[in-house]
Amino acid sequence: MSHENGQAASLAWDALHDSNFIEDLRRQMLKFATLQLGDRHAAEDAVQEALIGALKNAGSFGGRAALKTWVLAILKNKIADILRRNQRLVDASRLLREEEEGEDFTSLFDRKGFWQPDERPIPWSDPVASFHQKQFWQMFEACLERLPPQQARVFMMREVVELEKEEICQAVGITVSNLFVMLHRARLRLRECLENNWFAQGVQ
Amino acid sequence: MLNCFNATRLLSESLERHLVIKERMALNMHTMMCSGCRNFGKQMQMLRLIAKTYAHKPDEGESEPSVPSQDV
Repeated sequence: MSHENGQAASLAWDALHDSNFIEDLRRQMLKFATLQLGDRHAAEDAVQEALIGALKNAGSFGGRAALKTWVLAILKNKIADILRRNQRLVDASRLLREEEEGEDFTSLFDRKGFWQPDERPIPWSDPVASFHQKQFWQMFEACLERLPPQQARVFMMREVVELEKEEICQAVGITVSNLFVMLHRARLRLRECLENNWFAQGVQ
Repeated sequence: MLNCFNATRLLSESLERHLVIKERMALNMHTMMCSGCRNFGKQMQMLRLIAKTYAHKPDEGESEPSVPSQDV
């Protein structure tokens, strides 16, 4: 490596390590990876490798959004590798079809599509107050883990990694209308899970 | 008349795109009469805030040993 290249890389290395942006990015990616892999240590390794991978090209990034997209692309490949090794990867399009055919919401809605009486959403009192409670976040993680894997993945990409719709569709290989369907289903389930296990319990 | 399933679909999609005027009118009409879907709509905004807060909060016990503290 030439002297100049080394210097540029070391500057980029500093940026990747010191800035709040990167710390924030690392947190988002770690939550995404942990849910996908179900293993904290494997997730930490994958995120670390993805960040280092991005560092190699750090000089060519136009902005933060581009860096985030790039890190996520590397991370996705690493997660896919690990899952493939663990035989847990199922073809995405097959998953999608299975969900669409197999999933029904008759426990939530009646035949005409109206709320079942005991499933009608109730008001949540002061949900923000729950943010200080560790148990609330454990419950949220448990609810995420209960989602069908593909739904959890796109929900995390949209709301935790905060990617744009187009990026998610490209990364997962689905259309925008598929994405809307999956987000709707994920939100129905998550909302119900949070209400049943937290907001309706009066534990907060 | 919009049913609750489709109302929740539109409430979810309103986080992703601008609803067209026909959709907005049908949705308003529905939520005016349906408290469940009114709550659902508010909770969609809250769910987004919850996920965002989750994403950016410091990792809980990142390097802490995972020894459960049992009350004896």
